[in-house]
Amino acid sequence: MKLFEDFGKGTIEFFEYAGGLTELGEETLSFVAKLRIRLTETVLQCYLLGVQSLVIVLLTSLFTGMVFSLESAAQAVKYGVGTLVGGAVAYTSVRELGPMLSAVVVAGRVGAAIAAELGSMVITEQIEALQSLGLAPARFLVVPRLLALIIMLPLLAIFADVVSILGGMWIAQTYAHISYETFMSSVRQTIGFDDVTRGLVKSVVFGIIIALIGSYQGLRTRGGAAGVGAATTGAVVISIILIFISNFVLSYILYGGSTG
Amino acid sequence: MTDLRPLEDAQDGDTGQDDRLIARVDNVTMRYGDKIVLEDCSLDVVKGAITCVIGLSGAGKSTILRLLNGLRRPERGHVYVKGFDICHMPERELIDFRSAIGFAFQFAALLDSMTVGENVALPLHEHTRMSAEEIGETAEATLDSVGLENTYNMFPSELSGGMLKRAGFARAVVTNPDIVLYDEPTTGLDPIITNLLTDTIKHLRTKLNGTAVVISHDLHSIYMMADYIAMLYEGAIIAYGPTDEIRRSTNPIVQQFLQGSEVGPIPV
Ligand SMILES: Nc1ncnc2c1ncn2[C@@H]1O[C@H](COP(=O)(O)OP(=O)(O)O)[C@@H](O)[C@H]1O
Ligand SMILES: [Mg+2]
Repeated sequence: MKLFEDFGKGTIEFFEYAGGLTELGEETLSFVAKLRIRLTETVLQCYLLGVQSLVIVLLTSLFTGMVFSLESAAQAVKYGVGTLVGGAVAYTSVRELGPMLSAVVVAGRVGAAIAAELGSMVITEQIEALQSLGLAPARFLVVPRLLALIIMLPLLAIFADVVSILGGMWIAQTYAHISYETFMSSVRQTIGFDDVTRGLVKSVVFGIIIALIGSYQGLRTRGGAAGVGAATTGAVVISIILIFISNFVLSYILYGGSTG
Repeated sequence: MTDLRPLEDAQDGDTGQDDRLIARVDNVTMRYGDKIVLEDCSLDVVKGAITCVIGLSGAGKSTILRLLNGLRRPERGHVYVKGFDICHMPERELIDFRSAIGFAFQFAALLDSMTVGENVALPLHEHTRMSAEEIGETAEATLDSVGLENTYNMFPSELSGGMLKRAGFARAVVTNPDIVLYDEPTTGLDPIITNLLTDTIKHLRTKLNGTAVVISHDLHSIYMMADYIAMLYEGAIIAYGPTDEIRRSTNPIVQQFLQGSEVGPIPV
């Protein structure tokens, strides 16, 4: 019986969460649609959430591109297909690693920051103060953060793509003696413009996930400083899980399991 | 004004359309989780008067203020403000409705990402068509009126507790709302500032013919400003009336509270 009770409770909580999240998303989008946007704040958030994440995104994608090249180049040369390494690195970077890595890193840094900031605004009554002044938190706080991530995450993903390809190229040259020219021509042959744009579509979706989950977690914070901690952890965990799930779904939809 | 007895005159289910009332909490039950905070609680707010709500810590006083501007919705009962039943108003309408009600929070609740001046100017930016210059001047003047000269460009973290409170107070009244809700406006402040704020609350009421609901523990300032006193005890208003009447009340709970006595029906 206890098991059923727990299961029932869990199910209800899940739907409450999903409902609340949807409501916040709708409200936020309706303000965006009505162009009720705080421009200066949005620019500031682009800087805080986007520009300030650049270094950490560059570092993680550089080393991931390098390690991918390290593993694949030696194997490829052994089987006599060293000319394909560039394509392999670029293919995975642009389609999967660039958008995914930048999103996961940003979820950890920015999703946590959004949840912590909004959460502490809840417990210091600043959210209620906004409401009492006739200001909707969705418009005042969520819209700028959502727009900032929708703009900045794709840009970060492009940086991630480029840096991981360059890192891979350097390692391929150093360890497997694959020349830069061979590497780059393989890159050009393998990926096209639409691979890049489809990768960016993913980034936009991930940006929406990070901003909405971070905001929602923050806004539903209860119970003092400990509550802020829980909200922050939850924001990171939930958004990373959703990023992985939606990445699969998006890959399936965008690439349809095709090989080309 | 002392012959008004709104609580007795008004009938249950009255929508607060009574000309003398600006707001009415009607048989409200309110709980957090399993804990019942208000039970069949009713309170009338007389237009143009200052109503002070007194009661023990944790009695639910702040909850009543939040009901009055729709920050909380009751489980049962109704809250009427200016003739509207705000319990059933969608959040989107409530947001606009609230801009005509000032709320001075207990711990000020200034937005810490903005300067003190920007905090006070915020409602003007959002709800008026004033020019940036006028907004700045109005915000500055309002800060001056609560004794906060030269704080416009400071951040909330640079202010003392008492100064913060006055800044929150300035933000609540800057748009000249017709109802202002004050949550413990003088708690923790020195006697001089307490008097200053008590005078400001009275002044605002006279100037705008506005209404104020004030939660306070400070009997001295209550006696100075209150037209009506309501005492909240165990989830309901157990005594309500003009200030003099409440001071002379024979209700042992009220007397014990006003005397600050350890002896009486209130368990210590
Ligand atoms: N958001 C909340 N969640 C749970 N309990 C709350 C919440 N707000 C207030 N309470 C509880 O409700 C009771 C009344 O709170 P409040 O209205 O703040 O009292 P007062 O202002 O009279 O001190 C308190 O016991 C408090 O612990
Ligand atoms: Mg309180």
